[in-house]
Amino acid sequence: MKNIFKILIITLVIGSLISCNSKDSRNYEYMPNMYRSIPYDTYGEYDNFVDGNSALIPPEGTIARGYSLFEFENNTAGYELAKKQLKSPFTSSAEVDIKTGKELYNIYCAVCHGSKGAGQGILVKREKILGIPSYSDVGRAINEGSIYHTIYYGKNSMGSYAGQLNEDERWLVTHYVLKLKSDLEN
Amino acid sequence: MNKKYKKVDSKFYLIKNSKFFPCISLGKLLLPLAFIFTISSFGQDADPVKGKALFNSNCAACHKLDKKMTGPALRGVEDRLYNDEGLDREWLYKWIRNSSSLIKSGDDYANKIYAEYNGAAMTAYPQLSDDDLNNILAYTAQEKPAPVIKAVEVSPTGGNTSNGISNEIILGVFAFMFLLLSLGLFVVNKTLRSFAAQNNIQLPTKKKSTRKPLWKAFVDNQFLMLCSAIIMLLVSAYFVYGFLMQIGVNQGYEPVQPIHYSHKIHSGDNEIDCNYCHSSARVSKHSGIPSLNVCMNCHKSIYEYNGETTEEYSKEFYDAEIQKLYKAVGWDDESQEYTGETQAVKWVRIHNLPDFSYFNHAQHVSVGGIECQTCHGPVEEMEIMYQYSPLTMGWCINCHRETNVKVKDNQYYEKIHEQLSKKYGVEKLTAAQMGGLECGKCHY
Ligand code: HEC
Ligand code: HEC
Ligand code: HEC
Ligand code: HEC
Ligand code: HEC
Ligand code: HEC
Ligand code: HEC
Repeated sequence: MKNIFKILIITLVIGSLISCNSKDSRNYEYMPNMYRSIPYDTYGEYDNFVDGNSALIPPEGTIARGYSLFEFENNTAGYELAKKQLKSPFTSSAEVDIKTGKELYNIYCAVCHGSKGAGQGILVKREKILGIPSYSDVGRAINEGSIYHTIYYGKNSMGSYAGQLNEDERWLVTHYVLKLKSDLEN
Repeated sequence: MNKKYKKVDSKFYLIKNSKFFPCISLGKLLLPLAFIFTISSFGQDADPVKGKALFNSNCAACHKLDKKMTGPALRGVEDRLYNDEGLDREWLYKWIRNSSSLIKSGDDYANKIYAEYNGAAMTAYPQLSDDDLNNILAYTAQEKPAPVIKAVEVSPTGGNTSNGISNEIILGVFAFMFLLLSLGLFVVNKTLRSFAAQNNIQLPTKKKSTRKPLWKAFVDNQFLMLCSAIIMLLVSAYFVYGFLMQIGVNQGYEPVQPIHYSHKIHSGDNEIDCNYCHSSARVSKHSGIPSLNVCMNCHKSIYEYNGETTEEYSKEFYDAEIQKLYKAVGWDDESQEYTGETQAVKWVRIHNLPDFSYFNHAQHVSVGGIECQTCHGPVEEMEIMYQYSPLTMGWCINCHRETNVKVKDNQYYEKIHEQLSKKYGVEKLTAAQMGGLECGKCHY
């Protein structure tokens, strides 16, 4: 008699423990000190960082490994200079991996510029962002230097994509944009 | 991940210090005049509808009618320039077709406005004809539509709420009456009993039965007791096991985030690619949470929400969330510049493997070619992000046993594929056969 009651109570308690596990708090862990790391986590919050954030901006003036110095300034003069002087490191079209360029373009640029580069991305079709230019716009007359500068720093209401694309990838996208431009013009 | 953000920051300050277009009071004095001018200056042929289409495709990236963006607000620009600066339509033609040559020619006002916008260059539009420009100017000359005042709906919802209240009142009254009734019965019962006691009336009492009660018979039967004890033990063992197994598993975890960021709206409705924001998934262990400058790539232009709303989430709610984003990056939408006061947004981390296990996104996404949705579930339908998979070791191992490695078009695998398929005598290789079950691959 008593046993049955005890067992009942235990199952009830366990049942309620299971069902009380609410979805906006974390579950219990067996050995928290093995689960949570002593070294800093990529996105952790720690007292000894500025703002407590372990994701830091690199010190000014440093260049990450695998990147090179970009000398053109982030203003209209720098843009014009890049248009004149900046040349792609790929000298022949055989070196350019158009397939990867296309993939990257479709991830980062097509939402606004459209997969054909005519300025008809999904955000434009849904009227969320307006006034995206076509790559074949004569007034803009974009070339490899200006495209790279635009990806690197952004231009007016277009933001910079330097954080999302590394140096090689930026050039791949640049070449894909040039391809779209010539497709549009023909 | 964060390599280039500082550069991005300097971009942010490009349009700092620019002010609203100065509105000289003379302009206000001349406003009635201006109106007459508007009417007289447009021929019958200027079509504001065509103008709108041209404006949206050419100018809207930098100009809005009533809001300063990269360039000044353009509503009534022709009148304003005429009245304030004495510039006519010819000047506008020149400016729009090629503003930089106008600036270089030393034009006073052109240089002034160019300096005011900190040297942000307007694109040249040599391809626009006079007609096109007239249409655009006709569109900018349109009066601002009066804000539509929504009629406050009274009946159905209002009725409903009052109904709800009256329902509660009625229920309360019933409960109160029920209480009174039972109290009354109790009192009556008591007084009757005391009457009976006073008058020496014998109340009939229940006879004690001599038969064994059922449960006692049950307890006395040893076999039955044994059986039921075993069943009870098994059932509770099942529950205990279930409880112990789900410790440390966070499937369904759905915390409240500091900004109500909806994957449904971004990736579902607007089809933004996952990699756009989680850009390091392609190349590194972590997928990463986008820094706020990535958000601002779009939200410099998208300052309010105009999509579908539900009962739970209204437009006001969504707009307030976008304002939270502006506050965190320190973007002043009025003056279109960064204030420099930023606050970190502390997103609550959802997926988190224990420290003793190693998982790499690039390995699965780029090399393995697995869709995000296989592991993270229908993200593009999630209004609020939650953990879809259990992320237990069994889950990883199961998938490694079942999933074939994509060896095609992958030079990395050419040789090893040949050798392994010889070894196992199969054409297709699962991740497990490649060594995806070795403890050392996931545990260090
Ligand atoms: C959020 C929408 C958006 C996305 C995403 C976007 N752009 Fe743009 N882009 C714009 C807008 C707006 C302009 C017009 C900028 C201006 O005012 O001159 C523009 C202009 C351009 C121009 C012309 C600049 C010039 O020289 O006049 C190029 C080239 C360009 N984008 C390339 C890209 C590439 C490459 C990507 C992907 C890495 C990309 N864009 C992604 C919105 C976007
Ligand atoms: C690349 C962004 C950009 C685009 C696209 C653009 N503008 Fe501009 N516009 C500006 C900027 C910036 C200014 C402020 C002057 C300066 O810095 O050159 C300006 C100034 C003007 C002015 C002068 C306003 C004043 O108050 O003095 C007019 C008029 C104008 N733009 C019309 C247009 C028209 C019409 C179009 C479309 C055919 C257009 N703009 C497209 C950036 C742009
Ligand atoms: C516009 C930017 C954006 C896009 C596009 C986007 N996400 Fe996210 N994602 C975020 C932000 C911001 C968070 C953090 C807030 C949250 O958890 O809701 C996040 C969180 C997540 C998380 C949870 C991270 C954690 O804390 O464990 C997963 C998983 C995820 N996203 C997967 C996806 C997938 C899959 C897609 C494509 C269908 C996608 N995201 C598209 C911005 C984006
Ligand atoms: C590629 C463009 C793009 C990027 C990047 C982007 N958004 Fe959005 N955002 C949109 C669009 C489009 C809408 C819907 C606007 C509408 O329907 O009118 C939206 C709506 C919103 C809303 C209101 C609806 C909701 O989800 O609650 C919030 C808040 C928001 N975004 C926050 C963010 C945050 C935070 C980030 C950065 C992690 C971000 N956005 C990045 C395009 C973008
Ligand atoms: C093979 C399964 C799998 C696939 C495919 C996958 N993820 Fe993950 N994701 C995980 C696991 C497991 C974690 C937890 C990682 C940890 O805690 O170290 C995670 C964590 C995350 C996080 C949290 C931040 C982080 O990096 O720890 C985000 C954001 C995310 N994934 C987004 C994505 C996106 C976007 C894609 C598609 C490009 C994707 N995931 C594909 C299994 C997967
Ligand atoms: C959706 C199926 C799927 C899930 C779930 C999954 N994996 Fe994998 N995993 C794969 C595939 C497929 C490969 C082989 C990729 C390749 O090299 O082509 C792989 C490869 C690996 C490798 C490299 C193996 C080797 O031989 O080099 C590791 C390590 C790994 N996964 C860890 C994990 C961990 C940890 C988890 C659980 C958190 C997990 N995986 C969940 C499909 C999955
Ligand atoms: C495919 C990757 C993978 C492989 C291979 C793997 N593990 Fe695990 N293991 C995990 C993950 C992920 C967890 C964390 C599970 C959790 O948090 O629930 C884990 C957890 C554990 C735990 C802690 C118990 C638990 O569930 O939390 C032990 C012990 C363990 N693994 C032992 C092993 C041994 C022994 C092997 C070799 C036979 C092995 N693992 C191989 C991914 C793997």
